[in-house]
Amino acid sequence: MTGDEVSKGSDDMMIDEYEQKQGNVVPDGFNSHYLKVYYGKLFPYADIFKWMSYGNDGKHPVCDQSYFSRREFSFTLDNEVYLRFQSFNSMSELENSVKEKCPVKIDIGPVYSVDPSKRHAYAQSGDNVFTPVERELIFDIDMSDYDDVRYCCSGADVCLECWPLMTIAVKVIDTSLRDDFGFSHILWVYSGRRGVHCWVCDGKARRLTNEQRAAIADYFRVYKGNENSHKKVSFTGLALHPFLARSYTEVLMDFFERKLLLSQEIFSTEERYEKILDMIPDPDQSITSELRGKWQEKRRTANSKDDINVVRWEQLKNMLQSGKHKVQGLRRCVEEIVFSFTYPRLDMEVSKHMNHLLKAPFCVHPKTGRVCVPIDPNRCEEFDPTAVPTLSNLLEQLNIGGLRAEVDNEWDRTSLGKSIRFFRSSFLQPLLKSCKEEMESSYNAKLQQSKNSFSW
Amino acid sequence: MEPVRSQRKLIVNDVVSTLPLYRSAPALEVRLEEFELFALDRLRVLKGISDALSRGRKPEEMEKLAIDLWKTNMRHPQASEVINKDKISHFVLRLVYCRTEDLRKWFLSMETALFRYRFKREKQEAQRALMAEFDLPYKAVSSPEFESVKEKLVLVSRSLGQSSPTADDIFFKVPFEEVPELVAGRRVFISKGHAYIAMSQVVSLVATQFRSHLSKALILTNRKWTTTIAEQEKDRLTPIVEALSSSYLGPDYSQPKEFAQISLKDIDDVAKSSFPLCMRHLFEKLREDHHLKHGGRMQLGLFLKGVGLKLDDALAFWKAEFSRKVGAERFDKEYSYGIRHNYGREGKRTDYTPYSCQKIISSTPGVGDHHGCPYRNFSEENLRAALNKMGVTGRAVGDVMDKVRNRHYQLACTLTFEAVHGSSCDAGINHPNQYFSDSQKIMQSKNQSAA
Repeated sequence: MTGDEVSKGSDDMMIDEYEQKQGNVVPDGFNSHYLKVYYGKLFPYADIFKWMSYGNDGKHPVCDQSYFSRREFSFTLDNEVYLRFQSFNSMSELENSVKEKCPVKIDIGPVYSVDPSKRHAYAQSGDNVFTPVERELIFDIDMSDYDDVRYCCSGADVCLECWPLMTIAVKVIDTSLRDDFGFSHILWVYSGRRGVHCWVCDGKARRLTNEQRAAIADYFRVYKGNENSHKKVSFTGLALHPFLARSYTEVLMDFFERKLLLSQEIFSTEERYEKILDMIPDPDQSITSELRGKWQEKRRTANSKDDINVVRWEQLKNMLQSGKHKVQGLRRCVEEIVFSFTYPRLDMEVSKHMNHLLKAPFCVHPKTGRVCVPIDPNRCEEFDPTAVPTLSNLLEQLNIGGLRAEVDNEWDRTSLGKSIRFFRSSFLQPLLKSCKEEMESSYNAKLQQSKNSFSW
Repeated sequence: MEPVRSQRKLIVNDVVSTLPLYRSAPALEVRLEEFELFALDRLRVLKGISDALSRGRKPEEMEKLAIDLWKTNMRHPQASEVINKDKISHFVLRLVYCRTEDLRKWFLSMETALFRYRFKREKQEAQRALMAEFDLPYKAVSSPEFESVKEKLVLVSRSLGQSSPTADDIFFKVPFEEVPELVAGRRVFISKGHAYIAMSQVVSLVATQFRSHLSKALILTNRKWTTTIAEQEKDRLTPIVEALSSSYLGPDYSQPKEFAQISLKDIDDVAKSSFPLCMRHLFEKLREDHHLKHGGRMQLGLFLKGVGLKLDDALAFWKAEFSRKVGAERFDKEYSYGIRHNYGREGKRTDYTPYSCQKIISSTPGVGDHHGCPYRNFSEENLRAALNKMGVTGRAVGDVMDKVRNRHYQLACTLTFEAVHGSSCDAGINHPNQYFSDSQKIMQSKNQSAA
């Protein structure tokens, strides 16, 4: 979903549409009948196929015709049967299989050295012939990993009060992938319920080893907390690494002070501010007890105009940054607090190994009925997870136009249209263009090589 | 690779390093005894490094320790033969350690560690000569470019608590893929896919190269060994090689040994008396929450397998807990696969081995996780409480905390073992299953003497 749609205001839009479609209302929900229609009329097979082929479906002499068919797909069926190592020779094979099996979830795995559905045939020869050779660099960020810093919901629930945590994650990781690591073909996708997925698709990214993937994931890792220690973020150096410094000044501080401080009411109760006081390394307790004293009495006298969270945060900052206290470890404490409450928390294991599966974009989440649509990282602040099209929305929109003649792209007259157009114009087309250039240059290099060998 | 702003020229040919890259086997005649003796000497070095690493020694200590081991074991009465001993022993051990994935992995990390320590001891000129030998084609950072990123390089140094670089310091610009460990630790500035590495960090770049060359070479050696050498040499080298490989890898605890089984009804008592803290904590959390996340299920599940819990009992054990939280049906669908997988009954059908201390210490538990090494991951407060619960009190707690502060987690665990059992554990704790079996031995002898 792109921004325009959201900026209109989702409520108005809903009302407008409801007025138009008397008698076309499709009850909310998720079931195999809905899903059949979705896979039959809306799922963008051609786009997924084009993407997963990376230009190898063309006629160029360096095209690897087996490329797409060595990719693992895996299906979760309605009865929770899990089919791994599915592979397809063409778009129509993929399309037919999806339509026939009607999976509630489609996962995408790596490209293997050999066709994954024939892996047993190679197993006898020993020597690990069946092994992953290419895989997008992927990231999975889940709201449930932020439960200790959000007070609006927990677990699998998300709302507009905590969603900014995901916006921060998209901004921080996207900027670093582009500016630090030099990647450019990056797809962000709403996971359908409580988080976001990221696919880095540059050739260079697809060929990273597990060790290199782990290195990138560790580069992003700041949060070291587990259930048995208070301090989740700890900076000991005299400065922050340039990547962290940039994230802090450009994204984290702003979101913390402008959004989360207020929306999560981070200092509003004793229990909440005690959690923050716990993060201040203060051996003689002078700072924490002074702050605690202020906050306990200010309760009654505070000027009602000023938000209590803002007031307390300013007091804490002044106290720690005044320079009065020369306690070791206080220097970075304000940063540590902001990082704890805002910095992205990645599911590390997903990124570290080539053979990890990740749900395909444009799947429908079975619990929410929402489509896993792409998110525009440049306008991720406008993304509203509660306005993402649901299966029943889409079917209603199809019903309205039911009388029209059959067209090729039925999705074009649903609210999915914007997402698919965005996928094409901002991700797929630039990606395929650079795949083509890469092929040209590898072809030219080969030609050059053979010419050189002639001249001998 | 070229050096950066250099009024200084790269001196390649004049400097001779004594550190070989082992690109090809030396064409030397080797006496059969030397073949074995040299290999044993080198193995002592590698084994010494391996032991020290698993005890959590700090990098500074490691370097000195490795060099001392090298000097003690790799001497040769004839100075001219030292380098040949180095090469011969390396290539013999390649034959020994090429033959399984586990052997290769161990040899690869120990040889790379050794190379790293030795490289750091070389003079700068020799280091550059070695870089040239690796033929690293990377662009150098020019003077204007250095000025343009200087501010960032200063930030990186300061974040690491090091002094800031000056115009005299040399930087190389390499693809970030070539220096994964520097990227992982945020020890370099990265821009547009390139990492700016200081001269003192070149060791990481070179060690990565060394490792990848050796890794490929080991696979080739393995192929040669299985197709030709083993058969041709079956009366001469093969027996030596086979004896060497078994002599130095500790037990992997994948098969429960002496105390063949534990049964479900005893498991709570046994957990109290003989589980190390990492497993006891997982066990208690499971009993409390009726759930553990993936990392915890793996760490505890494989440990229990090593302890002798049969597959059927394991399924019953996990199901009893999980079904209270997620229901029996969801357990059967989502979790039983993982347990059968651990026992080699699903998927690749590998019989997985229980995690060693080294593996557990290096794991990185996240939100909601309870696995990993408690001595490393617990806050001081939580660790004290946990130790008290195990019956460790008074001075013993302080001693454990001292070890923890110095990051000697296995020694901290060893002290805990000694305090709990009231007897010494000279070998130290290297594996949770070793903790368990040592504990059981003590318990049994106590029972016998009581009876």
